[in-house]
Amino acid sequence: MSTIKNISRRTFVRSIGLGGLILACNTSIFSDKEKEELKNLVDFNPNLFVQLNSDGSLILIASRSEMGNGVRTSLTSVIADEMDADWDKVVIKQATGDAKYGDQNTDGSRSIRYLYETMRQMGAMARAMLISAAAQKWEVPESECTAENHYVLHSSGKKIAFGNLVEIAKTLELPTNVELKNPKDFKYIGKHLRSVDAEEYSNGSAVFGLDKRLPNMKFVAIARCPVTFGTVKSFDKTEALKITGVEDVIEIPKIERPFGALGGVAVIASNTWAAFKGKEALKIEWNFGDNEVYDSEKYMNQITKNVHKQGKVGKDTGNVSKAFKNANKVVESTFQLPHLSHAPMEVPNAVAWVQGDSCEVWAPTQAPQSTRKEVIDYLKTSEKKVTINVTFLGGGFGRKSKPDYIVEAVIVSKAINAPVQVVWTREDDIKHGYYHTTSAQYLKASLDKNGNVTGWLHRFALPSITSTFMPGVDYAAGFEISSAANIPFDIKNIKVEVGHAPAHVRIGWLRSVINIPHGFSENVFADELAYAANKDPLEFRLNLIGKDRIEDTKDEIKYDTARLKNVLKIAAKNAEWGKKLPEGHAYGLAVHYSFYSYVASVVEVSIEDGKIRVHNVFTAIDCGTFVNKNTIEAQMQGSAVFGMSIAFYGKITAKNGVIEQSNYHDYPMVRIHQTPKVHVEIVESTERPTGVGEPGVPVIAPAIVNAVFKLTGKRYYNLPLSDYGLA
Amino acid sequence: MITLRINGEKHTIDVAPDMPLLWAIRDIVGLTGTKFGCGIGVCGSCKVLMDNSPVQSCMIPVSAAEGKDILTIEGEFENLQLLQESWVELNVAQCGFCQPGQLIAAAALLDKNDNPTDKDIDEAMIGNICRCGTYQRIKDAIHRTVELKNQN
Repeated sequence: MSTIKNISRRTFVRSIGLGGLILACNTSIFSDKEKEELKNLVDFNPNLFVQLNSDGSLILIASRSEMGNGVRTSLTSVIADEMDADWDKVVIKQATGDAKYGDQNTDGSRSIRYLYETMRQMGAMARAMLISAAAQKWEVPESECTAENHYVLHSSGKKIAFGNLVEIAKTLELPTNVELKNPKDFKYIGKHLRSVDAEEYSNGSAVFGLDKRLPNMKFVAIARCPVTFGTVKSFDKTEALKITGVEDVIEIPKIERPFGALGGVAVIASNTWAAFKGKEALKIEWNFGDNEVYDSEKYMNQITKNVHKQGKVGKDTGNVSKAFKNANKVVESTFQLPHLSHAPMEVPNAVAWVQGDSCEVWAPTQAPQSTRKEVIDYLKTSEKKVTINVTFLGGGFGRKSKPDYIVEAVIVSKAINAPVQVVWTREDDIKHGYYHTTSAQYLKASLDKNGNVTGWLHRFALPSITSTFMPGVDYAAGFEISSAANIPFDIKNIKVEVGHAPAHVRIGWLRSVINIPHGFSENVFADELAYAANKDPLEFRLNLIGKDRIEDTKDEIKYDTARLKNVLKIAAKNAEWGKKLPEGHAYGLAVHYSFYSYVASVVEVSIEDGKIRVHNVFTAIDCGTFVNKNTIEAQMQGSAVFGMSIAFYGKITAKNGVIEQSNYHDYPMVRIHQTPKVHVEIVESTERPTGVGEPGVPVIAPAIVNAVFKLTGKRYYNLPLSDYGLA
Repeated sequence: MITLRINGEKHTIDVAPDMPLLWAIRDIVGLTGTKFGCGIGVCGSCKVLMDNSPVQSCMIPVSAAEGKDILTIEGEFENLQLLQESWVELNVAQCGFCQPGQLIAAAALLDKNDNPTDKDIDEAMIGNICRCGTYQRIKDAIHRTVELKNQN
């Protein structure tokens, strides 16, 4: 976790310009003159995240990106709670990309995990200073004062509004130590808060990247090589230039960095439609390059062969070979999963305006600081010349952690010396993504005569995310291995091996990442073992997880098997596991630990007209201390649908290096008529907060496959299920 | 020149007649609540009401919209406003991007059917994708709107 830098001189200057005031956490960064100026201004701003105005309005800064994760509400509600502020007086301001806010990467399900304590401290600091201010005004000891709902109260019964304390508070020294609230006094944390953006979302006024407009802004569409990392050989722009609204056509360079632009031919137009049409009218010859060999079907055959032979050892505990030799029964299965695309409803897009060596960007980005770095490096300019404004994101799911599309906008703006908006078509999005890995996995286990698992071998081959950052990496990386190695099963002999798998497309993280393949194979295989042992899958799984213990994951956050079993028991209890279901219905279960959270789901399926129908999903999540129940429930509901899209449809394939899918008709999504009722229970906990956005996803596909097995006796090892006509 | 009537207001614009209504609304008229999602009429993000019928504005050439009453998410329409209130109350949106299209589809449904069943909702809303998966709350919010209407 990175530390929050208190404040920069730049913010100080900018805030003065806006007529506001900064009273910094650490005033040593200011000159004496600046400190004097600070004291003469009106409002009270005890730290980077809090600004209280004398009219009582309270501006709180959201440093993370809003993409449906509810982070603008959750993070700021933590500040407001500790500050004893009135939530109705809060206005949220989105931070620009700036290291002074600490880590802003909105991914890895870690906004609350990283920032919960810090946000509490920010709020508590403001509260402490307001109490000091009131005590000073009343000439009473601070110990006789408390804060409540935007007021400071004195034991005598008198009270004063926060806004009326600004004048004194801003003159106070910053407290070095502040006391945090007792969690039993929380007003917002752990409760059910509506999104601060709900109204803007429903009346169409929320400004997504795609909605940003600047005067004289040009709209840009870019033709990129159909094969990853191919380049432009030659192009003819004659026909494109004939289209009404098309103003120019230029070649843009490939930037060979993990988040660099792919390069191609950019059509500059007066509206998006003209840019799209102009792009279609281009005649381009490409140098396809090395990745033209990529045929995902042949590749799957190859990596499947690679997991059917010995691989590189990632973990070796006990003696698996011996366990297999002495087994009463051995079970083995092979799993194959395709690439996936994020396909957020809002395509990648960005507005950039380069003026000389300065640049301002407005973009839907999960990674405003890496964006800033890419822009600085491309323009060879300095940090202070580059501003990254974060708009609302129309979905992210990991795609918008990679600012390649923003770099494109910067390149074009610089080239034509005008503000531009680069807009990807949906086809661009599906065909030029950072794809979720494709994988082959081989699992083998031995059972003794009592049906206990004595040995477990997990061998997998998948192009690693690391290949995007270190071209040439052709084996799974440490974090991809540990996800399999940390399996919480109480088995003496466990071996994990990885097979060879070079990358031919850009591999990127997609919501829940490596937990998609591993959560799938482990849960389906464990279910298969339950049947092999002739035991109930729930009972078998609880036994397989075994006694309560802390797994040795070499991580500062402990992996507690009791919590894992607990979520499984809750999901099963809520589903009334074992009860008689309607004719033709069956339950399946899965449980998985990811992003330090514990999630279990029981799904109820039937098959209607040959297609799987999911009726109910019972999900239990233990994410430690939690902030907003509303968001967590929403995330679990959304994760169920996201997981169903993976189970039913998700499949990106390549032929001659070209992605074969192009839009939602051939890369379909689950729709409203397929949506189950999702019943969510959140475990009350005082443990530290852990992930929410992603951990609900990995359990869904295996739970469905397990339910289908229960129903039909047929086990599906490969996704998507639409390949079998089941969706 | 083409004259469009959007949310009761006339806009005379100079665009190619084959420009989809979506882009005329967003880039020329400047109303950005209507969203681009797929460009091929399969996701519903761009839905608007044309003479009270829901259409995918990415599939309608602007010339075909001339003389019609176009209503977007920014417009005033009783059912739309009531639905928006329920959408806020039940916190339907996650990322929010598809919601204008969802709300337009729901408004069109309630215009024809004042007490839709789950099945009616499925049929009316099947053309609208939500990648965040807010469908459950969309259904709940439509039912909630009907409930509030009946109370009044």
